[in-house]
Amino acid sequence: MARIGLHNVRHSYVSAPAEDADWALKHMDVEWQDGGAYALLGPSGCGKTTLLNIISGLLTPSQGTVTFDGVNVTATPPDQRNIAQVFQFPVVYDTMTVYDNLAFPLRNRGVKEGSVDARVREIAGMLDLHATLDERAAGLTADGKQKISLGRGLVRSDVNVIMFDEPLTVIDPHLKWVLRSKLKELHQRVGATMIYVTHDQTEALTFADQVVVMHEGAVVQVGTPVDLFERPQHTFVGHFIGSPGMNVLPGQVDGTKVLIGDTAVGKISKDTVFSESSDKIEIGVRPEFVKFASKGVPVQVTKVSDAGRFQIVETRHEDSTIRVLVPEGKPVPSEDAKLAFNSAYTQVYVNGWAVS
Amino acid sequence: MANKTENQKAWLFVLPVVLLVAFNALIPLMTVVNYSVQETFGDNVFFWEGVKWFEQVLNSERFHAALLRQFAFTGTILAIEIPLGIAIALTMPRKGPWVPVCLVLMALPLLIPWNVVGAMWNIFALPETGLLGKVINGMGIDYNFTQQPVAAWLTTVLMDVWHWTSLVVLLAYAGLCAIPDAYYQAAKIDGAGGWAVFRYIQLPKLKRVLTIAVLLRFMDSFMIYTEPFVLTGGGPGNTTTFLSIDLVKVALGQFDLGPAAAMSLIYFLIVLLVCWVFYTLMMRNEEA
Repeated sequence: MARIGLHNVRHSYVSAPAEDADWALKHMDVEWQDGGAYALLGPSGCGKTTLLNIISGLLTPSQGTVTFDGVNVTATPPDQRNIAQVFQFPVVYDTMTVYDNLAFPLRNRGVKEGSVDARVREIAGMLDLHATLDERAAGLTADGKQKISLGRGLVRSDVNVIMFDEPLTVIDPHLKWVLRSKLKELHQRVGATMIYVTHDQTEALTFADQVVVMHEGAVVQVGTPVDLFERPQHTFVGHFIGSPGMNVLPGQVDGTKVLIGDTAVGKISKDTVFSESSDKIEIGVRPEFVKFASKGVPVQVTKVSDAGRFQIVETRHEDSTIRVLVPEGKPVPSEDAKLAFNSAYTQVYVNGWAVS
Repeated sequence: MANKTENQKAWLFVLPVVLLVAFNALIPLMTVVNYSVQETFGDNVFFWEGVKWFEQVLNSERFHAALLRQFAFTGTILAIEIPLGIAIALTMPRKGPWVPVCLVLMALPLLIPWNVVGAMWNIFALPETGLLGKVINGMGIDYNFTQQPVAAWLTTVLMDVWHWTSLVVLLAYAGLCAIPDAYYQAAKIDGAGGWAVFRYIQLPKLKRVLTIAVLLRFMDSFMIYTEPFVLTGGGPGNTTTFLSIDLVKVALGQFDLGPAAAMSLIYFLIVLLVCWVFYTLMMRNEEA
């Protein structure tokens, strides 16, 4: 078990990075608490896998340091970091049995056969693999193989952190849920730090206590699932999390008043200073916190789609679209209407970042 | 879809292949079958002989000796070329400017015609004038492949290794390049050493290409003719007379067409049988 720190970490796959786009990881300064369940969420190509490989030691960062419990491990190779990693596609040693697969990391470290056997059987029990221990690993289904990958990490009692790189990509949908609950259960039982990389918000929000959202090689927000939903710190988080994502509209700030057109939709504290007149000011509010009212932002209803328990209503205000979630069965105005925003959940963004 | 069954013209596209296979494989094979059960004295006069030629070939010591030499030769070159090919492939760079250089160097021997290879090695190994022969004799070792059976064998094997190891290298290299990085990363995390990576990741992943490599090298070396014929002519004595060389001697030297045809068919069946057994064994566990 360990607390993992990334300090001023940057990484580029280019030998002489010149411009911003050359950096796969722009700047990372994160602490992962011991025993936490973290999710690393972001679209493909945002640097998630790079970050994971830096923690596991498969990559050495171009700049910055990695610490485990305060000890600098930046130059330590993966096998000495006591980490485990489950890859996107199942990695098993085809010619070995399931048992030998699980025993492999222990045998490589010279553990005595007696302890190997006890440990392998214990982990196989946890993962429901005991019935297939003597079968060849190549013959298992994808979810079985992913369990073996995970098991190879868990057999080592001293494992610091277990990392998952989109581990459910090749798993059948109906098994995804089963495997995800298994992971959650294992996290409680084993207590190891777990970092789960995914681009699927459902996976991230159900697995993790803390979600780290990444965008273009940088962390945009670290928080609980509730934080990310209610107080997105960046418009990207607003868009990326939630379905449909947050409404982001051009707005103005007049003193402490937040305005869309002529309509006041919220307040900000007085001391917020806008440095440049060129700053882009946007208002963000989730469709969940918008409702039709007798006064407010004037809109036209353009489209209503049924999403089961909700209707997603698309409305138009000048050039921007505002989505509203209306519970099933509630009436929707047919053409012109007015929208009221719940001011507690209405955020002002300057150049993409939230201000209070 | 409606006129799918009426489109008989499609057969025309298959026709060239059918003709080609018929003329280069089926029809010649049938003439061989024809000769193998009859006796002829020319002028298209044939006498039915049944399985007499087959019995004669199978009971002939000369055939046994050639077959034994053939298995010894093929076994030797496989035992050298397969491990050597894998070893070279493992040391080749996976990326960078040296990749094309290595690939071209490896491909060069494969581009040289068989008879040229035989002639090259003949000149190269001649004890009086050849570079190799001269150097070996200069070191005080008595070496003359035209007179010493052991030297003739060593030279023939060396020539085949030089000519064909590249094929194994290229196949193994392609197989190695196809292994996803995640396997190496997982092995690193699991603390596996170099030997374990080779034994449990690379070798199992190379199984399919190596099966192909062994089959190709088996078939080619089992049917080898031109190179040893040019190099040693099957000598000294009969010591490097492999099956093909012997077959040509029977068919064209002695003009015993019946026994030669029977020998060809037996030869063909042996190649087929060995390939089938080997392939079945290698693929037995693939379904699991």
